[in-house]
Amino acid sequence: IMADDKDVLRDVWFGRIPACFTLNQDEVTEREAEPYYLLLPRVSYLTLVTDKVKKHFHKAMRAEDAEEMWFEYEGTPLKWHNPIGVLFDLHASNTVLPWSITVHFKNFPERELLHCPSNSVIEAHFMSGIKEADALKHKSQVVNDMQKKDHKQLWMGLQNDKFDQFWAINRKLMEYPTDEGGFRYIPFRIYQTTSDRPFIQKLFRPTSPEGTAHTLGDLLREMYPVALPTDGEPKRYQVVIQGIEPLPETPLQWLSEHLSHPDNFLHICVTPVPSD
Amino acid sequence: MPVSLLWAVDVYGRVYSLSTAGQVWEQCRDAQMEFKRVTAAQQCCWGIACDNNIYLNIHASDLPVRYQEETYENQRWNPVDGFSERLLPSDRWQWSDVTGLQHQPLDNFRLPSISWEWEGDWHADENFEGEPTEKGGWTYSMDFPATYTKDKKWNSCVRRRRWLRYRRYKAMDTWAKIPPQQTMLPDPFSDISCGGWEISDEPSGRLSLWAVSLQGKMWFREGINHHNPEGSLWEEVPLPAEVVQISCGPGDLIWAVLWEGQFIVREGISRDCPKGTSWAVVDSPSPDVAATHVAVGMNVVWALTKDNKVWFRRGVNSHNPCGSGWINMVGEMIMLNVGLNDQVLAISCEDRAVYFRQGVTSSELSGKTWRAISVPRDGDRSHSSASASSLQSAGCYFCGEVRAQSVVSDVESDTDKGSLDGASHLVASISPISPESFVDAPTDHSEEPIDTPKAPVLEEEPIPGEEEVEAPSAGVAISSMATYTLAIEDQYGADEHPLWAWVSGGGCSVDSHSQLNWFNSLVQSVQSMSLSVTPAQTAAWRKQIFEQLSERTKREMDNFRHYEQAIEQSVWVKKGTMQWWRDWKPHKWIDVHFALEQFSGPEGNKDGILFIYYNFYEEKKYLHAFINEVTILVPVLNDSKHSFAIYTPERTKQRWPIRLAAATELEMHDWLALLSDSCCNSRGIQGPPSKQAAWSVTCKGDIFVCEPSPSLEAMPYPTPCDQMFWRQVGGHLRVVECNSVGIVWGIGYDHTAWVHTGGYGGGFSQGLASSTDNLYTQVDVKSVYIYENQRWNPVSGYTNRGLPTDRYMWSDASGLHECTKTNMKPPSPQWTWVSEWAIDYSISGGTDREGWQYAADFPASYHGYKTLKDFVRRRRWARKSKLTSTGPWQEIPPISLIDVTILPCAAQSSVDVVPLWAISNKGDVLCRLGVTTLTPAGFSWLHVGTDQPFKSISVGAASQVWAIAKDGSAFYRGSVSPQSPAGPGAKMYCWYHIPSPGKQKLKQVSVGRTSVYTVDENGNLWYRHGVTPSYPQGSSWEHISNNVRKVSAGPLDQVWIIADKVQGSQSLSCGTVCHRLGVQPVEPKGQSWDYGIGGGWDHITVRGNSMEPPRLPSLTAPAPPSPLPVRNMEVNGNAVGC
Repeated sequence: IMADDKDVLRDVWFGRIPACFTLNQDEVTEREAEPYYLLLPRVSYLTLVTDKVKKHFHKAMRAEDAEEMWFEYEGTPLKWHNPIGVLFDLHASNTVLPWSITVHFKNFPERELLHCPSNSVIEAHFMSGIKEADALKHKSQVVNDMQKKDHKQLWMGLQNDKFDQFWAINRKLMEYPTDEGGFRYIPFRIYQTTSDRPFIQKLFRPTSPEGTAHTLGDLLREMYPVALPTDGEPKRYQVVIQGIEPLPETPLQWLSEHLSHPDNFLHICVTPVPSD
Repeated sequence: MPVSLLWAVDVYGRVYSLSTAGQVWEQCRDAQMEFKRVTAAQQCCWGIACDNNIYLNIHASDLPVRYQEETYENQRWNPVDGFSERLLPSDRWQWSDVTGLQHQPLDNFRLPSISWEWEGDWHADENFEGEPTEKGGWTYSMDFPATYTKDKKWNSCVRRRRWLRYRRYKAMDTWAKIPPQQTMLPDPFSDISCGGWEISDEPSGRLSLWAVSLQGKMWFREGINHHNPEGSLWEEVPLPAEVVQISCGPGDLIWAVLWEGQFIVREGISRDCPKGTSWAVVDSPSPDVAATHVAVGMNVVWALTKDNKVWFRRGVNSHNPCGSGWINMVGEMIMLNVGLNDQVLAISCEDRAVYFRQGVTSSELSGKTWRAISVPRDGDRSHSSASASSLQSAGCYFCGEVRAQSVVSDVESDTDKGSLDGASHLVASISPISPESFVDAPTDHSEEPIDTPKAPVLEEEPIPGEEEVEAPSAGVAISSMATYTLAIEDQYGADEHPLWAWVSGGGCSVDSHSQLNWFNSLVQSVQSMSLSVTPAQTAAWRKQIFEQLSERTKREMDNFRHYEQAIEQSVWVKKGTMQWWRDWKPHKWIDVHFALEQFSGPEGNKDGILFIYYNFYEEKKYLHAFINEVTILVPVLNDSKHSFAIYTPERTKQRWPIRLAAATELEMHDWLALLSDSCCNSRGIQGPPSKQAAWSVTCKGDIFVCEPSPSLEAMPYPTPCDQMFWRQVGGHLRVVECNSVGIVWGIGYDHTAWVHTGGYGGGFSQGLASSTDNLYTQVDVKSVYIYENQRWNPVSGYTNRGLPTDRYMWSDASGLHECTKTNMKPPSPQWTWVSEWAIDYSISGGTDREGWQYAADFPASYHGYKTLKDFVRRRRWARKSKLTSTGPWQEIPPISLIDVTILPCAAQSSVDVVPLWAISNKGDVLCRLGVTTLTPAGFSWLHVGTDQPFKSISVGAASQVWAIAKDGSAFYRGSVSPQSPAGPGAKMYCWYHIPSPGKQKLKQVSVGRTSVYTVDENGNLWYRHGVTPSYPQGSSWEHISNNVRKVSAGPLDQVWIIADKVQGSQSLSCGTVCHRLGVQPVEPKGQSWDYGIGGGWDHITVRGNSMEPPRLPSLTAPAPPSPLPVRNMEVNGNAVGC
């Protein structure tokens, strides 16, 4: 049975990554802290969904020993402001599940991570992403036409994992004039592990001046040519979006509409093919 | 197919037409009066207006309607004069018709009606049999009457010529009264039907017009054709029995309904005899149920029976006009009409919408389905209007001018009589409203409000209550709360879509293939939620994505389903099924799933979202509201639905709440308690109302309380009124008054006085939301009214046998709903009967000894005596019902009150006596002794003497007392002091008479810190100008606003009112809480209104809110002068007092 495109939206939204949270061994504890297992929503943010983790480990610690919680995977501090799915695809896509995340309560890596004192910081970050994306897609017209409660609904939808609630509003952000064949520019970000650059983000239109649809391949050719396989050579890079590797001929506009994160950006992870 | 028109009349008598190419009902604006019936042909439309005359509206066309008048001039030759006017005595007249038999001098010709004009003067016809005569038009003959030639011969002894004059019908596209009959018709017409144009082409434009009179006689209009569109005269048609309604098809079908409930069918209709020759009788489709209505086309007959069932007659054709048998069709209709091409239109019983029968073809004359015509009227407000514009338009009912006296306050007089004859008190209305004044209100938007939909909730208002309802002059039906009408469900949005009374498709050229845009105009505007679907579903890349996503699920999730979810689904969800008053037209109750999802908000407070899942044309959709946005939950109990309304600020602006109905009362209370709890939680509100709280009461007697935020009275940016959160307090009251030390009194519908115990909850809220003590049983009593209607008929006089199209013989005041003694239920399940039905003699307009009121026809104005012109009568029956609830109220026996007021400012200590004044239901002024914060009930009444009965009273912050007498004038009482609350020498007369503002009768007063506001019976709000410490009675009344029902001035001199009408973007609400903006010491009258919760609100008091708003450094105004010093006021007051 050929699935409906709408099902893609559901699959994307309800994507989960099993994670095992272990307390960093250097933390001072009063008793032994068991690992904590959790299904993390791919489209959410680490600090938004780890209240339970925090409570769990706090129980094993003295309050004064617990500073701001942060996470690390194999030595890399995990940037909470990137969606969980992006963190996973970028750093751990070839790991054995569950994804093993180390929890820290001290030595906050100030240079690598943003502080996240409350959910309102996440909300602000999330909304600024949506606004930036709409600036690219519709010159901000859609997001500016929305009421505050619509904005709130987008956030509440994400926070409470309410697909319908979120999409009731988000669909407006996904509309475009049919005669234009797509958004003004595709909001995308290309992440790579091999560079210190946080990500690549440039202006890129969904269609060529001649009117043909741009594909994922076209985008990569422009932004990150090495990510594309060359004929006759083994594939060197994986191009992962939402945990899958779409074909290079996939239309970019379709990807933007269906595989974007709730912040309306198409987050593309380029990682070297594991040499096993 | 050329554009043609469908005609219809709404229940208010307004005539509309809908073009086959159009999507809007256009009101026929030139109609000078309301119409009862219309019947249309393609070239014109006939109607019976409320003056019982018949009017004709001819559509303008290129072909003018001209009529040629002719007369002949005759002359005889004699040897002396030659041809001269000297005729022989045996000759014809000098001026005659063509036959010579009729004397026709030129000046005998008159225009038949004012709808005609002469095109020119008389002139001789120069032509004879198509050839010019060249002799002044004379034609010659040997003698009269004979053959005429144009040439004079030797034997031509006589000659004649024809004179011509044309008159032209000028009253095109307007309703013109057809000329009255020379001999007066005995009684007014009640039904009319035109048709017959297919019988013969000669003369052109010929049609048959049939009419039925109130006495059941039938008349045929002779001589209607293109040149004589008004016809010539009425000719009575002999009948076997009295007829009530007739239908004439385009061809030779004519059916009529008899008083007795059978049909008669006209036979013998032909080209030569369009009137037909005889009648045949056909029985009602159902032996026990009388026929009420018939509609015929070319080859079809449709009928209705008294039970509103629809019937189709089989086997009807020219040769067998009686047909062969009845088939029961789907639907319940009150009226049917067959248009051109045998297309069928009907008005449904349920929603009074016009329905079109779809699928009527010549081979399937009975059609397939009924489909509602759902187009707006030209005056309807667009639903897409933004809230900004709605805010703007919300003020459209307010204007600066004084509204003139336009109504007699019926209800008030009802009340007076009620109390006079010692019967328990009929519920008094706070505000009788005049529909006329509403329509005439001089506003910039004056044409808009007339058709705007009305508030869907808590409407006593749309419930036609008093006689104005369908009365010709009534633009909108308004009632007072005095009349409690049931069938409220129908009232919701009753005027949201038009209520049709009559439809005629005789001019409407459609068939089953016509493309009509009349249906579901909403469907197109409601976008489906489907996202863009791109072609090439089978492309490799898409297939690959689906496969990979599926693999991803297997890889990342399938083995870990037992893991805990990071985001807990809502803390808990309560689900249920309910009915929802759907947002789109036609509005009706539909089954929905309802869920309240509660979760801990980000800051730890509990929050929630409620969801309403519904199907929209088989697509699943939902509606939701955040609990923290809900501003009020309003129970709307009535006898058929256990419903409630949910408002948010947005919904308040729209005047269109979410309306839900639970299956049982218990279920509704469960939901209300839960939702209310949830709302209070999300706002952190608990416990008893604060001393500063604002209290309000709905027309259902429900009591709501709102905790004012400090910025509620802030300048210049107060909290918007629609954001105020109201929670319900148990009990049932008509009036609540409070002050800022927490003394709260109420008055029930039965005038019982109650004092607030300091508790909270009660009513539906159990458990957590109620205080554990301080709750008592509260009882209230009010009357329910129904009307017995009768029509006079020639056989047996006044009987309960009305016309089939009449109102129900037992009905509510509007006549639209059947209300019998047996089917009538108490207002809601909370109420039970406590008396039997009894005739109510106290209705306005007076009654005869049996309680009857008479009128010429329904609906009209009624009088208490019978005249020869009265064909109908009615009388009102009342039955008392009792409500028992619980609430934080304790009774204060034994005196019944109609008004109460408490000194608004703070007392010094808990034992300080607080002045509390009241008016008994007899109009006595009373002062309560011993009222303190510890003993809010006080201990006894002190009677304060007056010259005449009073009806409203208010005490200001400086103990200044103002009152309104029953005659509508104001009184100021010299200051009273806390030590001597009734003023110096309570027994002495010390009321100063203050004339009311020009010709207005005041009805209510409220005194704040210094300002004095009154409301008159025409809804004008007045400010007392020139009140100073040395002259506390002020100098003059200044008009502030119209559209006001009630005012509450508070201890900060803040001004709040109940507005009569406020227009929202979706609906109109009547009885709305409004806040005066811009009130400050330098401008105590304020500037504009801000609109809050409504409609259906009857009362508000803000006299508890003495919380000074946060002071902003004032940039514009100079430092406000300190308000009138209270102490000075007292001193001065004493000085002035007697």
